[in-house]
Amino acid sequence: MTILRLEAVTRTVALPDGSPLHILRGIDLGVAVGDHVSIVGRSGSGKSTLLNLLGLLDSPTSGEIFFEDRPLSALRSGARDRARGRDIGFIFQQFNLLAGRTALENVMTPLLYASGRKFWQRRKLALEMLDRVGLAERANSMPEQLSGGEQQRVAIARALVRGPRLILADEPTGALDIETGASVMQLLDSVAQQTGAALITITHDANVAALADRHYRLDRGVLAPVDVRRVIALAEPEVAL
Amino acid sequence: MSGFASGLVGAFSEAWAEVRIHKTRVLMSLIGVAVAVAALTSVVGLGSIAEQAMIETYERQSGRPATLIVNVWGTGEVPPDALAVSAAFDTVVDRYQIEYAGAFTHSSQTVQFVDGAMPVTTMGVEVGYGTLHRVVMTNGRWFVEADEQRLAPALVVNEAFYARMGWPELSGHPTVTLLGDTKTAAVVVGVIPEKWEGEEPVMHMLNSAYLRITPPSVVAWSPPMLEAWVPTELSDELTFRIKRDIAGALGEGVNVDVSRQDYQAWGGTMDPFGPFKLIVTGVSILVLLLGALGLVNISMVTVKQRIREIGIRRSFGATAGRVFFAVMMESVVASAVAGVVGVMIAVLVIQSDLVQSWITSGFPVDLPPFPVEAAIIGIGAATLVGALAGLLPAIVAVRVKVINAIRY
Ligand SMILES: Nc1ncnc2c1ncn2[C@@H]1O[C@H](COP(=O)(O)OP(=O)(O)O)[C@@H](O)[C@H]1O
Ligand SMILES: [Mg+2]
Repeated sequence: MTILRLEAVTRTVALPDGSPLHILRGIDLGVAVGDHVSIVGRSGSGKSTLLNLLGLLDSPTSGEIFFEDRPLSALRSGARDRARGRDIGFIFQQFNLLAGRTALENVMTPLLYASGRKFWQRRKLALEMLDRVGLAERANSMPEQLSGGEQQRVAIARALVRGPRLILADEPTGALDIETGASVMQLLDSVAQQTGAALITITHDANVAALADRHYRLDRGVLAPVDVRRVIALAEPEVAL
Repeated sequence: MSGFASGLVGAFSEAWAEVRIHKTRVLMSLIGVAVAVAALTSVVGLGSIAEQAMIETYERQSGRPATLIVNVWGTGEVPPDALAVSAAFDTVVDRYQIEYAGAFTHSSQTVQFVDGAMPVTTMGVEVGYGTLHRVVMTNGRWFVEADEQRLAPALVVNEAFYARMGWPELSGHPTVTLLGDTKTAAVVVGVIPEKWEGEEPVMHMLNSAYLRITPPSVVAWSPPMLEAWVPTELSDELTFRIKRDIAGALGEGVNVDVSRQDYQAWGGTMDPFGPFKLIVTGVSILVLLLGALGLVNISMVTVKQRIREIGIRRSFGATAGRVFFAVMMESVVASAVAGVVGVMIAVLVIQSDLVQSWITSGFPVDLPPFPVEAAIIGIGAATLVGALAGLLPAIVAVRVKVINAIRY
């Protein structure tokens, strides 16, 4: 079953001098339950712009995005926000934990926008999730007291705590050293698999990309499938691209 | 509905966490709000306490609303017959079922003190006068029905009179001698405070005793007046009827006047703290507005710093409405807390001995407790200011573009 489908999606922004910048040119992509997709591409190729569209944070200039087979253009902004909160979890390169809040409070944040059991039992659910990423005893630590790898694990717990059907990770290992990045990715991959959520990972790291089942490359606003071996070759020496 | 409850609780706990994290900054701006609320609440509270104290003082002097005074005097040489006047009074009191009514007389009696005799202003009253005028005693008691039967008249005297006697123990039934055609021993049963500083000696005795010790010829020259406590809404009607009935009963040659004497009849209470209240109210509203400006300023700064945070929250499902409400609630929660603190300060100030003695300015008044409406006004004003101060940052917060906020 498709969670998200992009049909001929383009995204164009106006530059300060008024000329249009075509960041994305005709993207077609379908993501189904349990999918693990990787997208590689140079810096500035439009990866984050694509991720914002996938995460319902932005609207396409043309084309259509279907969320659970409903066209997004038919959703009001409040409904879109609620759908995002319920079904999509974000993981950012810079972790984006809320400063001044403990790890536990950070993981509880998405549940503040839930209702029913998930809202009222948010502390318990967040603690369970922290335990799953191996940080139960760091629940009361502030983000700045945690290492980069630990912070990203907290971010993973936060992205998964509401049980989303789609996880979007924008260069999740970009701010981590290779070893830490690998272990964080292992964790993300396994937790996503356990919950049956689809995972889209944007990355530079070939080893990270290799964990996915389907591989894409974004080049000058065009998305094309690639062979996993070519992904590794592409990713190794970035300058060679 | 569960969505509504969780939304409300959720926004509230977000706001509370925000206030907690920025507590130093929030605290600074809230001091202004708390001080202003304290001032405002004190003024409102002080005003209503002072008004209550004034009312009690007025009621002591001229009776509770509505008190009617009936005055009877002769048109010619001959004074009206005191007994006929009394009978006419009794008739109207019965006819209109007036709850408290009593004749009273003003006269002067010569009293023999140890250090010499002097004329003393004497009020002849009924037992009910004590209730009608909210008489408070500093010593002893007011008249009771049994005092009507005493051979030696009972007296309730003021402090000045009591001082002239040398403050004897009332339990020893101290007496004074009233000089007239015959000497009469009278027993002091109670002492009331002076109405103002340096008041001359004054005494009260029951009308029955007054009539007994005073020759009819003297009584005739100062006929009794009637004081009647009637429902306020009936006072106009009864003023007319009592005048008509008594004039009818007494016939030719007699003038009857009925008028309201209580403070409400002569233009209500004049607040002696009026100008002071006006100034403090003005200043505290100013301080409150300044506090609100500080609050706006701080929440604007924090909102700008939190644009990224708001973006993150939006990416985890916070709707625009929710962000608006949560930011607004921060100001409301914070300033409501400041309001509660301000009200508590005001209560402490007003209940302090210094302020209490200043309000009463030496008058013997039981002060009413701290008025609830003053507390409500204080907390309400703080909350309103918080809501106003939260409006601008809330609008800014809603306009945050999520993709710009989280882009790096
Ligand atoms: N709102 C915008 N206005 C102008 N230029 C933009 C805007 N958004 C993105 N861009 C440009 O589009 C290109 C793609 O951006 P982005 O999607 O962030 O790339 P990536 O994440 O692959 O590095 C970049 O050159 C960026 O500067
Ligand atoms: Mg990017």
